[in-house]
Amino acid sequence: MSGDLMSGLIATVLQVVLVIAGAPLLVGLMRQVRARMEGRAGAGVPQPWRDLRKLLRKEPTEPRDTGWPFRLAPLVLAGTALVVAAVVPLVSTASPLDSAADLFAVTALLALGSVALALGGLDTGTAFGGMGASREVTVLALVEPTILVSVFALSVRAGSTNLGAIVNVTEADPMRVLSPASLLAAVALAVVTIAETGRIPVDNPSTHLELTMIHEAMVLEYSGPDLALIEWASAARLTVLLGLLGSLFLPWGVATAGTGALAVLIGVAAFAVKTAALGVLLAVGEVFMAKLRLFRIPELLAGSFLLALLAVAASFFLAGGA
Amino acid sequence: MTERLVLDIGPGELPGHAARLLGDGGHRLALVSACEQAGGFRVVYLFTAAGFDQGPERRTELRVHLPADDPVVPSLAALSFPAGRFEREMRDLYGIVPADHPLPRRLVRHHHWPRGWYPMRADAGPPPSFGDPEGPFPFLTVTGPGVYEIPVGPVHAGMIEPGHFRFSVVGETILKLKARLWYVHKGIEKLFEGRAPADGLELAERVSGDTSVGHALAYCLAVEEATGCAVPRKAQLMRAVLLELERLYNHVTDLGALCNDVAHAILNAHAQRVRERLLRLNAEVTGHRLLRGGVIPGGAELRVLPDPAIMSAVAADVAEIVDLALGHTVVLDRFAGTAELSAEAARDLGVLGYVARASGLDVDARRDHPFADIGPLSVVTRTSGDVLARFQVRAEEIAVSVELINRLVAGLSAGVQLGERVTAGGPASGVGIAEGWRGTIVHRVELAGDGTLSRVKIVDPSFFNWPALPVALSGAIVPDFPLVNKSFNLSYAGNDL
Repeated sequence: MSGDLMSGLIATVLQVVLVIAGAPLLVGLMRQVRARMEGRAGAGVPQPWRDLRKLLRKEPTEPRDTGWPFRLAPLVLAGTALVVAAVVPLVSTASPLDSAADLFAVTALLALGSVALALGGLDTGTAFGGMGASREVTVLALVEPTILVSVFALSVRAGSTNLGAIVNVTEADPMRVLSPASLLAAVALAVVTIAETGRIPVDNPSTHLELTMIHEAMVLEYSGPDLALIEWASAARLTVLLGLLGSLFLPWGVATAGTGALAVLIGVAAFAVKTAALGVLLAVGEVFMAKLRLFRIPELLAGSFLLALLAVAASFFLAGGA
Repeated sequence: MTERLVLDIGPGELPGHAARLLGDGGHRLALVSACEQAGGFRVVYLFTAAGFDQGPERRTELRVHLPADDPVVPSLAALSFPAGRFEREMRDLYGIVPADHPLPRRLVRHHHWPRGWYPMRADAGPPPSFGDPEGPFPFLTVTGPGVYEIPVGPVHAGMIEPGHFRFSVVGETILKLKARLWYVHKGIEKLFEGRAPADGLELAERVSGDTSVGHALAYCLAVEEATGCAVPRKAQLMRAVLLELERLYNHVTDLGALCNDVAHAILNAHAQRVRERLLRLNAEVTGHRLLRGGVIPGGAELRVLPDPAIMSAVAADVAEIVDLALGHTVVLDRFAGTAELSAEAARDLGVLGYVARASGLDVDARRDHPFADIGPLSVVTRTSGDVLARFQVRAEEIAVSVELINRLVAGLSAGVQLGERVTAGGPASGVGIAEGWRGTIVHRVELAGDGTLSRVKIVDPSFFNWPALPVALSGAIVPDFPLVNKSFNLSYAGNDL
């Protein structure tokens, strides 16, 4: 038992370290893939880390008349990203924090970070901060229900909203991934992951046009270490969400209870490979996409919500039939 | 060379003559230039009429002489929207008052410049310190439930020039947009004064960095008319080639930039590749990537001729990029129906260039005011007036330009073609009209008795087109603004002289 706990603990620590160190590299990898596909040289995979180092060395500045929401937002965003990175079953389902890896808790933590950043954007009192916050909350209001409903569809067969339990069930019977409920939920979750992390076609992370921004408009006033924290947290959220997609729909390699150190190592490698592969896939997809008109985004997200709803219905019908 | 009909009239006769020319005469107001003369001011109104389907082109100049102590002209703002803007510019720079102007606010000279200081006058001296402001800029405040303002600029992210945009917005929908420009008045027209005509070329090439050939050509045509210099036919054809090369690299750049603004960056990457190829070609042809030094007073110089094979390859490349862009459903959805400028609005505002042609106005100075016999030219038009129409017009103009260049270089050889030297010959004036890639550029020069420049007036098409941007945007949504702005791509430098 203590050996299990030990390997679970090690797995969790490794998972957190991997997300902390790997998230900027994932963003760098995605940018590099895009650059190469567009015929550009690209800045290299470690570039986001170099940017973070540069930002961390700069002095922090604050706009006049901002208050605690502005100062607290980066900390809350980074804190929630860190907690989610610790509890979500990415490397192992036997984490000592497994009981906290609840579907609702994870969704709420992600939403908490987004809301904190939206409040930080509003707190600046600038038109861009308010505009970005308004758009972010519009997207958030459509994204969160979809995440909840689609993972709920997966939880039906596990009989639990615990993410670890869902992954365990899928790993025990991998063919379930190909069930209609699972496929519908996968598509829905992929769409909301793109929206939640501000990727094309919902938002363009590399634009300099303030008027078109969603996520970037909220963080325009941040600089130095605060900006570094936000950039890192955004990368970490992307990594965790892609990792969660990997664990839920491609659960191979995730260490389970009662396995040893080798399984943890395999889990680490599997997580890194799966997340990188999904990131590359997303980057390749972005090359062929363009950004939707702002008023088309709710249509896209409503569509993904519908898929999630169908996934729930399908999971009940198929479970009833069996 | 087209003869100008010059009429010296009294201020009272001006509205009658202008109404006749703008009405049945089929003219448009192309330029208004004020200048100081002994005992007062002279204001010149240049009207032009297209020549292709109504007989020969016509240029009519109305000259009004005003006393120094009380220079007042009757306003033509009720007859022509651009006239009202020319009058405000003239009042700010010369202190000539348009009587009964419907919008008697400052335009060029921002409010912090002192009253009574008119920078274009001979006695203006160095810029005074700020003072005696006439109050804040009168932005119209839109009120109502949920209406808020988004101020943007004058300093922007990215490498663009200064302009302040104030959006009155409800939700994401633009109710009203006010663009405030003229942050970088350079006094470039005044810098021409006292120079020899040949020395004005380097200024003309720098009026707007991306329109070196267009402005240099309009300037040279004006100087050549004033000095009576005959330019060899081959030199005029070389100039036509240079004008098209400039159109090509700018159109290609903007087609890519429009794709980039809807986050379809891969097409931008390829458009930039084509642009770089064209810029290197420009460097071979003229020795300068932005084509400076190709058009010279009295002639033109091409170091090498553009290779027709390369031009055709560029056209094919661009056609593929355009096909990919318009074949992409999301890109097409972003372009189609966005920021429509109606033909009526375009006509009323006096809009020029591809913006006018995308709204269905069949105007092109290459055909309407030809400086060289370039043969048949198909003028590309669309009628929908949206971002898509402006994109398509420019895409097709690339094909037309390539075809034209290849046709013209067949009869040319590299080298310098120069007419008789431009020499001084007493007081004279001249007008040059050229279709730059943005639209019709008009220069008017006056030479003093000693042959130096006494007044140069420059009109970039952006001066006409800027007011159309807020009109097209009313009812559009805020996140579409950068795309719409790029589809107009107006010059700040050419507008703010």
